Amino acid sequence: MEYNGGAVVAMVGKNCVAIACDKRLGVQAMTISTEFKKIFQATPKTYLGLPGLATDVQTLAEKFRFKINMYKLKEEREIEPRTLAHLVSSTLYERRFGPWFTEPVVAGLDKNNNPFICNTDTIGCINFAKDFVVSGTSTNQLYGMCESLWEPDLEPEDLFETISQALMNAVDRDCLAGWGAEVVVITPDKIITRTLKSRMD
Amino acid sequence: MMSTVPSELPVTAPIEHRFDPYVDNGGTLLSIAGKDFCVVAADTRLSEGYSIHTRYVPKSVKLSDKTVISMGGCYADCLTLTKRIQQNMEASLVAPMWYRHAHGKTMSTAAIAQMLSIMLYQKRFFPFYSWCILGGLDEEGRGAVYTYDPVGSYEREACRCAGSASSLIQPFLDNQINFKNQASERRELSLDQVLRITKDSFTSATERDIYTGDYLEIFVITSNGVELQKMGLKKD
Amino acid sequence: MTSRLPSQAKGGFNFDNHVRNAAMEGKGAALPKATKTGTTIVGLIYKDGVVLGADTRATAGPIVADKNCEKIHYLAPNMYCCGAGTAADTEMTTSLISSQLELHRLATGRQARIVTAMTLLKQMLFKYQGHIGAALILGGVDISGPQLYTIYPHGSTDKLPYVTMGSGSLNAMSVFESRWTPNMDRESAIELVKDAIEAGIFNDLGSGSNVDVVVLTKDKVDVLRNYARPNERGVKEASYVFRRGTTQVLKTSIRDMVDIKETVESIATSTAMEVDAV
Repeated sequence: MEYNGGAVVAMVGKNCVAIACDKRLGVQAMTISTEFKKIFQATPKTYLGLPGLATDVQTLAEKFRFKINMYKLKEEREIEPRTLAHLVSSTLYERRFGPWFTEPVVAGLDKNNNPFICNTDTIGCINFAKDFVVSGTSTNQLYGMCESLWEPDLEPEDLFETISQALMNAVDRDCLAGWGAEVVVITPDKIITRTLKSRMD
Repeated sequence: MMSTVPSELPVTAPIEHRFDPYVDNGGTLLSIAGKDFCVVAADTRLSEGYSIHTRYVPKSVKLSDKTVISMGGCYADCLTLTKRIQQNMEASLVAPMWYRHAHGKTMSTAAIAQMLSIMLYQKRFFPFYSWCILGGLDEEGRGAVYTYDPVGSYEREACRCAGSASSLIQPFLDNQINFKNQASERRELSLDQVLRITKDSFTSATERDIYTGDYLEIFVITSNGVELQKMGLKKD
Repeated sequence: MTSRLPSQAKGGFNFDNHVRNAAMEGKGAALPKATKTGTTIVGLIYKDGVVLGADTRATAGPIVADKNCEKIHYLAPNMYCCGAGTAADTEMTTSLISSQLELHRLATGRQARIVTAMTLLKQMLFKYQGHIGAALILGGVDISGPQLYTIYPHGSTDKLPYVTMGSGSLNAMSVFESRWTPNMDRESAIELVKDAIEAGIFNDLGSGSNVDVVVLTKDKVDVLRNYARPNERGVKEASYVFRRGTTQVLKTSIRDMVDIKETVESIATSTAMEVDAV
């Protein structure tokens, strides 16, 4: 987890969810890239965040892309976020004694447009939360920020400000994360993706 | 028989004995400087491992009408260090460091700050396990916060949080006190706003850090002296 | 060579990453910690059945990972199981055994017995020699009456009238030892379980938040989720909603969701099939 660094956070708003990540890829203290992708679109209204060891992030992103596509072909429907969470969980728990080094985050709207977020630990223990979930190297900082800033029923635009401020101020106190940030706000009728102006040191 | 080491083998390796006098007693403290005031706050839980030793033990001590010290880390070290600071500020004519009786006045916040740094560095190779934050008013009556590492490196800042939940609270203070990452212009915060931010910092930290909780003590330092406020935190 | 396609993956654990992870650990890379449930879980037998109790805090080191998690797992209609230890292990072990019990029930056409569940659990945990870190309290009612077992991560078991487990087990047991009596009535049994869990919540840092209770009797199960909530967060002193535009944005892309409607039009009226060249 500490080898490459990185942070992901997701929050619930009023009929919407947001997921955000930093963009750093490092090798311990040295920054290698500031354009490293950590959140992936799973379905039109569901995103999967994968902070952690970069090699596992990319391997799992492909593995989940395969599994999500297979689900769609077999079931002739998109996978629900809650189902995806259990798919992620069992995929990780299969490697109980030789885990993938990533703590995935699932954020999305289900078929009735109800918000859903969750994260799991490295071996697939799901944490269903009603407010926010955090993951990666800046978990402490993100917990502090989210616990103070978050409040229920934020509109999409307010949720964007809250999650952005939570992420940016958290990663500024973590030397392994930061260097740019990306925020995705998912609402029933549109998906807003924004790249943030943040400290680059 | 499964007995001792075979007698023909000489014992060559030295037997290591460890002396580890440090424990982490948890707890969180913070200090915020304002235009003409300073707030020093700390929770009162004293814990070790998964158990709570005491729910109410003050981490902060009033040193003078203008200065409050707050410490976290190993509580035994914090007690001793606090006692020594008070001793150096007071007492007889025997030692020249015993300030008040040598100079006939109370130490200023800046002087205590400098002295504390020296006291910590004097024990560079057997340090006090203590995270210190000194809050008070400077010579001009402005709020001053001095923060230390355990071996005496110190700095004057606008705000600082230390202890077990420091990583949770510090980014929040950066954001709300120093307006980091906010495009809007900076504002001067009133005492009331600072107290609200302080209380919310601790209630939030109590939610997520198992070593923070029970009660919160807030010292408000103004030109009128030091006022102590108390409030309850969650006890789980 | 068998195919490695994920869709054809066999059951059981996969150890492919183990060598790599051990090598990384050898080079000094810090391995991530799994979510543990530093926990208080209890169970007792009363006059008509079994009461199980649990707190709802999940921790990752000194940080609370989940403030309101569920530690009393469903096993079968007449059985529930409290879990302490590594959160993923308790979750997965109980759900695996739950599915085995359901198949067993369908195969035999009888209600599963508590001993059956206990044996399945202990045999699985013993097989993994304690590496699956699940400490369980199994409670239920079957044809031989109410029963209560504790199952340790290495696979040993106990059968007792009142039990506690987890990091808060001593706090909870002190309450049981001073107040438990045989043949308690339902109200006082639930109250005793609540007090035992609260002893853990308030005095053990690994336990916290709310009290979950499950009451099992011969023909009824009551799941009392968040039976007591002694740790509600108070109202915040201030609201921290930001003025819109506070965050500086470099790039925005908005993707609108469009409903695609398929309409079928009859082309029977057209005289000839036309093929466009371009």
